[in-house]
Amino acid sequence: MSALSLAVRDSNTMLRRNLLHAWRYPSGTLNLLLTPIMMLLLFVYIFGDVMSAGIGGGSADRSDYIAYIVPGLLLMTVGSTVIGAAVSVCVDMTEGLTARFRTMAIYRGSLLVGHVIGGVLQCVMSVVLVGAIAVAIGFRSTDATALEWIAAFGLITLFALALTWIAVGMGAASPNPEAAGNMAMPLILLPLISSAFIPAETMPGWFQPIAEYQPFTPAIETLRGLLLGTEIGNNGWIALAWCLALTALGYRWSTAQFNRDPK
Amino acid sequence: MPLSVMPTSRKGDGDLSPVAISAAGLRKSFGDKLVLDGIDLRVPAGSVFALLGPNGAGKTTAVKILSTLITADSGELRVGGHDVAVDPQAVRAAIGVTGQFSAVDGLITGEENMLLMADLHHLSKREGRRVAAQLLERFDLVDAARKPAQSYSGGMKRRLDLAMTLVGNPRIIFLDEPTTGLDPRSRHNMWGIIRELVSDGVTVFLTTQYLEEADELADRIAVLSDGKIAAQGTADELKRLIPGGHVRLRFSDPAAYRTAADVLREVTRDDEALSLSIPSDGSQRELRAILDWLDSTGIEADELTVHTPDLDDVFFALTGPANLPKQPEENVR
Repeated sequence: MSALSLAVRDSNTMLRRNLLHAWRYPSGTLNLLLTPIMMLLLFVYIFGDVMSAGIGGGSADRSDYIAYIVPGLLLMTVGSTVIGAAVSVCVDMTEGLTARFRTMAIYRGSLLVGHVIGGVLQCVMSVVLVGAIAVAIGFRSTDATALEWIAAFGLITLFALALTWIAVGMGAASPNPEAAGNMAMPLILLPLISSAFIPAETMPGWFQPIAEYQPFTPAIETLRGLLLGTEIGNNGWIALAWCLALTALGYRWSTAQFNRDPK
Repeated sequence: MPLSVMPTSRKGDGDLSPVAISAAGLRKSFGDKLVLDGIDLRVPAGSVFALLGPNGAGKTTAVKILSTLITADSGELRVGGHDVAVDPQAVRAAIGVTGQFSAVDGLITGEENMLLMADLHHLSKREGRRVAAQLLERFDLVDAARKPAQSYSGGMKRRLDLAMTLVGNPRIIFLDEPTTGLDPRSRHNMWGIIRELVSDGVTVFLTTQYLEEADELADRIAVLSDGKIAAQGTADELKRLIPGGHVRLRFSDPAAYRTAADVLREVTRDDEALSLSIPSDGSQRELRAILDWLDSTGIEADELTVHTPDLDDVFFALTGPANLPKQPEENVR
């Protein structure tokens, strides 16, 4: 068997194992979805009337605010789902099973690849689920063409890939699953200080750089532009750069952790 | 076949079977803690080799290095005919490893664990199912096959672990403390399984802290202590390292004990246990002589036991500061 087909076959085996876990224990993934769903309902139904006053120069109503926050919440869903990947990588690394895999003549990266692809697929499914709830409570894409839908889908997938690699690195670097969960926490907190809920321009001046120079804001602005026709500007390129940089960083970090001699 | 035709080891020390595992000058330290300090091992193919040592002696580290899990600092290591440092992937294809901590996926069923291994060994679907079913049957796991592995008892997990190791039909198997934490029945089952493996011609490298286990299973035993091989040989050879057995007299009355200790000078005292050891080979003639001597001096012990040297004596004598009556105790108060 050639090296490539060996790599594909072993990675596929590991992916199926990852998905089997998710299938057997859906509660883990569903629990992680609670935060973005709660946020969606809370901000729309409880804070919605007040929040909508702050966007669109005061003329907006609640349905405008739904449109405003959904792109951010979809990406927050990604940030939330990858926490599961960090925890499951850590569980694997701290138990004897990874040691077994390491002493087998398999493609060495297959375990990580399985986790990453499985993680991205779970992110996409979670986003679809949260998106369906958003549509159910009144979210409508106002002017997205088929091409823009594809681009939106591509952006979410790429963003999921980047955050999953980072989460896998966090899982591999953590001494135990609890620590992995804690370390991955910022991935769900970052959207709160992005332009997900309110425009970055409305934040205090000293805080605006924090909101702007992080991966969520450009990705959210891009997604918003694709789905709702707002101005994207150079946010698209910035989001792409963030995704590629985080993917490269997460990949290097994860593989370095994984190739380190275990204790 | 004339012996000279068979592949021989470098040493040619009379054991002429092919070598499955060899190590020369194996060293490993973690930070400034030296764990293995120049170890030499040689395991002939088809034999059982036991690495015996107390906790923290470096047994697990040796297994991890030989099974390619971690790298050695120095030393020439060959497993299954491949250099561990140069071609670890070829070594991995030849070995199976069952570590100290169960390496099963607790979230999926026993059967799914077996099929996972079959997939990773690139067996066809049919072949994988056949091998999995056969091993589950052999390890008495058929009833539990559809249950999540995390619901298994310790003994069942260990059996599943070993069954998973056997999926690829490895010719060399590393077992790191295969029976630690098992109840006596499970331990005997495990021994039976290991003997079965050996009868199929598999080479087994096991570590254990139980002397009885090494004695029961191993063709050759190496005693590891403080990162060094303190002794190596068959169980009988090791037992011969320790001077003969002894007769042990136990007293319940301290006064009687002291009197006896004063009268019998050529003995080893254990003041705390109130017991005396008299060197003896355990033969009937010597035993009678000792009894006669005791009668003539009027000593009456509460308990008399004949102790022939066993691996325990070897173990305690070789590993670290001895705390056994074997050692002459100098404290004559």
